[in-house]
Amino acid sequence: MNQENSQEEKSFWEKLLSIDRRIIFLFIAAAIAVPLFFKVSMHIPVTPVVQEVYNAIESLPAGSKVLVSFDYDPASMPELQPMAEAFFRHAFRNDLKVIIMGLWPQGPLQANMALEEVFKDEDIRAKNLQYGIDYVNLGFTAGNEVVIDRMGHSFEESYPKDGQGTPLSELPLMKGVKNYDNVDLIYSLSAGYPGTQEWVQYAVDVFHVKLAAGNTAVQAPSMYPYVQTGQLAGVLGGMKGGAEYETVLGIPGTAVRYMFSQAVAHAVICLFIIIGNLAFFSLRKRKRS
Amino acid sequence: MSGEVVGVWIGAILTLGIFSFLYKDNPFYKFSEALFVGVSAGYWFVVIFWQYFLPKLVDNLALAYTVLSTEGRIDYHWVYLIGGALGVLMLLRLFPNVGWLSRWSLAFVVGTTAGLQFTRYLQSNGIIQVKGTILPLFVGGNLHTTIGNIVIVVGTFCGLIYFFFSKEHKGAFGGAARVGIWFLMITFGALFGYTVMSRMSLLIGRLDYLFSNWLGLIG
Amino acid sequence: MRREVPLVLTAMVGLTMIIAHFIPPFNILKDMFEDWFFIIAAFAIYLGVLNLLRVNADKIYKKRRDWPFGVVVILGFLVITIPGLFFSGGRSFSELGTPFYYLYIHVYYPLSATMFALLAFFVASASYRAFRARNVEATMLLVAAFVLMLGRVPIGDWITAWLPEGYRLGNAADWIMDFPQTAGQRAIMMGIALGVVSSALRVILGLEKAMGGD
Repeated sequence: MNQENSQEEKSFWEKLLSIDRRIIFLFIAAAIAVPLFFKVSMHIPVTPVVQEVYNAIESLPAGSKVLVSFDYDPASMPELQPMAEAFFRHAFRNDLKVIIMGLWPQGPLQANMALEEVFKDEDIRAKNLQYGIDYVNLGFTAGNEVVIDRMGHSFEESYPKDGQGTPLSELPLMKGVKNYDNVDLIYSLSAGYPGTQEWVQYAVDVFHVKLAAGNTAVQAPSMYPYVQTGQLAGVLGGMKGGAEYETVLGIPGTAVRYMFSQAVAHAVICLFIIIGNLAFFSLRKRKRS
Repeated sequence: MSGEVVGVWIGAILTLGIFSFLYKDNPFYKFSEALFVGVSAGYWFVVIFWQYFLPKLVDNLALAYTVLSTEGRIDYHWVYLIGGALGVLMLLRLFPNVGWLSRWSLAFVVGTTAGLQFTRYLQSNGIIQVKGTILPLFVGGNLHTTIGNIVIVVGTFCGLIYFFFSKEHKGAFGGAARVGIWFLMITFGALFGYTVMSRMSLLIGRLDYLFSNWLGLIG
Repeated sequence: MRREVPLVLTAMVGLTMIIAHFIPPFNILKDMFEDWFFIIAAFAIYLGVLNLLRVNADKIYKKRRDWPFGVVVILGFLVITIPGLFFSGGRSFSELGTPFYYLYIHVYYPLSATMFALLAFFVASASYRAFRARNVEATMLLVAAFVLMLGRVPIGDWITAWLPEGYRLGNAADWIMDFPQTAGQRAIMMGIALGVVSSALRVILGLEKAMGGD
């Protein structure tokens, strides 16, 4: 009887290990899709690295200039776009002046999409923000880290005109902005190269400017050494980082909404790993005995 | 039907085409993949033309020509002809007989990258990181910081020892290398966790696009 | 000539980039070399595109396996290139409302984003089949991954709500990221930095065989 049971049990674990991967795909799709239909509010504690980003922006007096670099493409939108929108809400709420640029061709486009979304807010619309006075979009310029390096000497060297073709000298916001000395903070939204690492290497370490960052979850862990040395003020990591930023701002957005799906997906993956290991150890024990 | 609605339908159909690979390889997926390859190549072709080729080469040469024709003097912007020539040499790679000339352009690219990265990596990722590792191993009255500093110093040191393959990992050196491996395993585990988070986020974005933008099932 | 010119070019350009860091007047040369670099990079991308078109044209001409998809590749290329070059307002080709922007949002973006989103499924399948706690090191990796995956979402704190505040899974994830993970990342970062520096020196001094050196 025991031998028969152990034969059945053995085939059960083996069956489990050799399950068609499409079944796993279905579970993942369900784990992500189903929670999207439910509006579940989750408690999202704010980590110190995100709090530092918030503090870096919050501590700036009204009228301070922030240079924000959009260094990502649509593939990274779910992670970085919420960070961009939250930043614009934060900056405009605190009457900061925003200078937008991009080291990736798609970056300034993503900035326009984020602005479009943020300008739907009544309190932001009430401020009657003017292009050229409260914010400018310098657009994209080719050159990767060379652009960062040259902007340390002169913004006009890399950006003689803004994204719409207006000379920088004709934009009121850019009057008196020659280089990083005239900017109070740089905020880098980055999905790879060129991105936050290049901003650290060419702007922070050469021109000693303050930098905060939002990165994809793949890139964020490698930014922690920079945070520890003080080269980076703080970092938002992935969608969770975006959700934390939205939480500390008090304006829950897309990232907070997606967290339920994220949580369920992670739990399902952990479950799969546990089941896989249970099967592995059971079979290994059986083989040894 | 508005252009936006048509656009969303096109996007949704292409999204489902790529997702169909999850069932099995099929002509719908192959079509979407081939389209992606072609559209990506076209996208970069257009971007490079308007944002690299024109401003960096054509505009500079046009300025030099304008100065020559109006003021009759040779402007320094003519040196961009050399850059253009090196660029054309790169294209010769397509022709086997003269393809070796592209090595000159490659040599230029490699030299520029090597020179730029030499100083930046040495300073930002080398010297400043060493400075960040020189931490007090005892902070009076703050156990959390004391333990944290010890972990950072020991972990960095042992991790670097692990990467030193010129000496056999035996004895105390081997022991330190082993500790280094443990720290690296924790780092890779953290990286794996964050990578899972990133990939899931991308999928959440796509499924939200299908259910909200396309089907309108989520408000 | 085939060997010597590239070696001399590499050395000359590389040394100029390094010297300019210490002697500012060399920045004029450095800036010029950087601009040439981007012109060459632009042509390199064109080389890739032309090669892609050549390979697919060859596939169609010789009617190789799956040749109809070669037609799709070339059509896809033309569908975005022609509007982008001729019908999207020149240098403001990527502004809202242009045909290029429309194709970018409704064709390129869904394809690109979905290709990457596929990885979510494969990472789950690979984790199930291959992620095993075979030894001490693998177990450490597994435990760290678990703590991070659960600690970085609200579920982690919910599971460990019975523990006092400051000692829950989320706090464990924070501690791992701030200390052991930072140490490991720093070791990797410094190792890479030393590798980059030594490779750069070897390349500039002509010692790298792959670049035609000795």
